[in-house]
Order: sequence, then structure tokens, then C-alpha cells
Amino acid sequence: MGEKILMKGNEVIAEAALRAGCRHYFGYPITPQTEVAHYMARKMEEIGGTFVQAESEVAAINMVYGAASAGVRAMTSSSSPGISLKQEGISYAAGAELPIVVIDIVRAGPGLGGILPAQCDYFQMVKGGGHGDYHNIVLAPQGVQEMYELVVDAFNLADKYRNPVVVMGDGYMGQMMEAVEFRDVEKIERPEKPWAACGSEMKREHNTITSIYIDPDVLEAHVNHMNEKYKVIEQNESRVDVQNCDGADVIVAAYGTCARVTKNVIKDAAKLGIKVGLIRPITLWPFPKQAFEKYATTPRGFLTVEMSMGQMIEDVRLALNGKNTVEFYGRTGGNVPAQKAILEKVIKIARGEGGND
Amino acid sequence: MDNQIIFAGFGGQGILSMGRFIAHAGLHEGKHVSWLPSYGPEMRGGTANCNVIVSDEEVGSPIISEATALVVMNQPSLEKFEANVAPGGVIVLDSDLVPVRPARTDVRVFAIPATKMAYEMGNATFAGVILLGKLIQETGVVKFESFEAALRGILKPKKHYLIPEEMKALKAGADF
Repeated sequence: MGEKILMKGNEVIAEAALRAGCRHYFGYPITPQTEVAHYMARKMEEIGGTFVQAESEVAAINMVYGAASAGVRAMTSSSSPGISLKQEGISYAAGAELPIVVIDIVRAGPGLGGILPAQCDYFQMVKGGGHGDYHNIVLAPQGVQEMYELVVDAFNLADKYRNPVVVMGDGYMGQMMEAVEFRDVEKIERPEKPWAACGSEMKREHNTITSIYIDPDVLEAHVNHMNEKYKVIEQNESRVDVQNCDGADVIVAAYGTCARVTKNVIKDAAKLGIKVGLIRPITLWPFPKQAFEKYATTPRGFLTVEMSMGQMIEDVRLALNGKNTVEFYGRTGGNVPAQKAILEKVIKIARGEGGND
Repeated sequence: MDNQIIFAGFGGQGILSMGRFIAHAGLHEGKHVSWLPSYGPEMRGGTANCNVIVSDEEVGSPIISEATALVVMNQPSLEKFEANVAPGGVIVLDSDLVPVRPARTDVRVFAIPATKMAYEMGNATFAGVILLGKLIQETGVVKFESFEAALRGILKPKKHYLIPEEMKALKAGADF
């Protein structure tokens, strides 16, 4: 056990990546995640790693593709508009089954939008964003300590499944300082990569990294193979934080900063005699359906709270499959749902006076 | 004990650092802490603020909805955040920079000529620390010795010679 130190989420992302053995970082600055690049620029110089400030986000993601192809742990980070630019590269990496890690510290959109925190990248990260039948594994930290753990896990999961892994946090997750303890370094796994294109020294057949399969049957077989992999990931890797849900009057589904605000709402509501539960997906994909299935019929209703106009709510509804009502409260544009506003909504649902506006 | 403190003023006054010192001191005492800065458009408008929570319990929302204390170093910040202070809460302000006093009567207000005092001590940058002295004195958010530990942890070693002076400024604020 190490000591607890006070650090910004963005700095912790970079430190976690370095501890996980990432020595190749490629990025392009954008608020609110630029501190990741600052930290990497300083540390990579010290430890002899590779830091490149690329000429664009498109270049950066393709550098990650190249580095990952050679078998090294590689990462890029950006925020929403920059992530949009990276989507083509992420699809290529998914198709080529490359273990890459992408950090998205989300700001308000669409378009250039604003630079304040948001969660409106859920669709683009969880539902594709790039073209083709693929999934990113998407991890959503609720604070700085979990940011460290999930970034380390991201590298492990990427290697384990040869798949892009995204760590997605709203702007506050990057800007906030909290205590972090760099623990459990033993869980950093470094599997062999016999598939990597890192030089055959003429001792074996050369490896090819590609996502192009012109023959439809060959491509279909490849996509089926990827789909089998996704089934395994869905089976084994979904993670969720369930709090206070047994006998809850209302269950709130929220992640990131919204989940943190909801924790205060749980206390406020308890003073009014209302029991509020929280289901906080830690993996946005695979979505933790089982937690919702388990509590589908027990509360009076569900409420999804997001810093968007309602994106994760679609997965909550699919998971509940019509077994209960799901209402929504969200703020966007860089605003965060206020504790009081969520409480008011919860009270209405608990009293059976709910109904989306 | 749950301290929810908003620090606000102009960019460049050390507002974000003041919050960081308190968060760091809280962590030194084994408390749960969070520090959430304003960033982006707010900063570019020339004002800076941060939300700092120092608590015996795990911190839920890092966003403060009802502050137990407010430390302000300019008039616009007082106007913006005065209403966020819980009844019975504390407002510490630099009376040299905040000419109009709070309208609230249900909070405890401490107006300190921190800028003038800092100049008299020979270092204008001490104004923030003087205000922190009063904040610590009135709220007990952290111990004075924890603040000293925070200074040691945050300041680069070549700045450590300032620590005795900083602590003197802190005490001057507390005793005002």
C-alpha cells in the first residue's frame, strides 16, 4: 500500500498508463484533457518513452494503430470533437483487432460545442462512432482513484481481447483533484503478442495486421469471429456498482459525475423517508444488464440521470425490457444536474407522480 | 464533520492554490477530500473559483450545492456565490478588494484587510494565506500544523524558505 496523494484526474490517467507499461503516447491538445499530454511529454522524456504531439487527431490515432501493431502498449487521449476525428482509426483498430487505449474526457457538443463537462459522447463511444460491426470496451470512472484502476485495466483488457478500450469521463473527471493511491500494480498483465508485426528476423512467417478482407465470406467469418469475442466480453467483463437498491422506492441509473451527485441525493431522500438506489455502470459496454434485470420490478420507477439529452437511457430501457418505467433527467451544454433537481424528480417518482416532461 | 468550501476571486490571485492547500492539508489529516476547479469560459472571463470538500466521510458529489464556507477576493465572486452559503455558514472576504458587504444576515462574515496586511508584511502574495488563517480559525477545517505540512508537500524545496513567513501570515489572519 502506497501513500495517498492529491492529483488531477488527467494526470492520473497519464501516470496510470505509464505504470501499466505504456511507453508510446500520441496526442493532440484539446481542453479539458490537455494535462494528459503535458504529463506524458514530461515523463516520456525522463523514462525514454515516445511522446508525439501529432499534427492532428487523425494522425495521432493512426500512430497508435502503428505502435499497437508492433506489439507495444499505446494510447491516445482527446475530448469529444477530437474523438470524432479519431473514429475512423478506432474502427480500423477494431477491425485489425489491435489492443489500443483511447481516453475521452468529454465536453459538451455537438460540433465545436463548449469545453465544459458533458456525457454526450455515450452514443459515439458505446454504439460505434466508427463504421462497421464492432464494439469498444468502454470504462466509466466516477473519480480519480477509479480513474487509475480503470486505465490500468484498460491496457489489460485491450491486450486480453485484442480490442480497443475506451476510458470515458466527463470534463470534471479530468479536471478534479482527489486522493489517489497507486495500488495493485501486480495486476498489470503483459501477455505475449505472437501476432505482432515487430520483425520476424526471418525466423517465422511474417505477421500481417489488416482490416481489409475483400472476399465477403472471409470478411463475414472475421466479423463472426469478432462477434464471438464480444459475447465472451459481455459474459465476463461487465462491471457495475450497485448501492442501496434492495427495497428502494426509486432506482437511479447514472455514471461519472452524475453518479457522484446521485450519492448525495440518496442521503437527502433518506431524510424524507424515501429510499433511493443507485445502479452505476462501470462498463458502459458491455452494459451491466444483469443488475437492471435483478431489480427490474422492485422499485416504483427508474430514473436515468445524464449530462446529455438522454443516451444511456436507451440501454437502461433495453435492459429493463418494459418491466418498469424509466424517466429521465439531464442537463447539457456543460451544465451538471443539480442535487436538488434530481431530488425533486425522485420524490415525484416515489409518490407515483412521475412522467417525463 | 463535512466542510464544503468555495474559493473565488480573480485569476492570478492564487484562488485555485488556496483550495489546493486546504485539500492537501485535509488529506494530510487522513480526511476525504476533493478539489474541483472552474475551468474554461469562467476562467477566461477573469474569475476563478474552486469547490473544496474536506470530510470525515467519503465525498459524494464534488460539486458544492450548499457551502459551509466561502472565501472571496473580489466583488463579483461575492455576488455570485453569497446565496450558495448555508445558513450559519462562514464568509471570509478581503475587505480591501470587496467594498460592498454581504447582504445575508444568517451567516458569519469576517472582513479582513488582507491585501493591506500582506503589503505590510512585505509580500503581497500573502493575502490569500491571511484569509485562509481566518477560515481555519473559524471552521476548524484543518489544523494549522496540517497546513504547514501541506505547504511542505506542495511548494518546491527552493521555496521552502517562505514557509515560516507563510505561517506567520496564516496566524495573523487567524488572530485578526
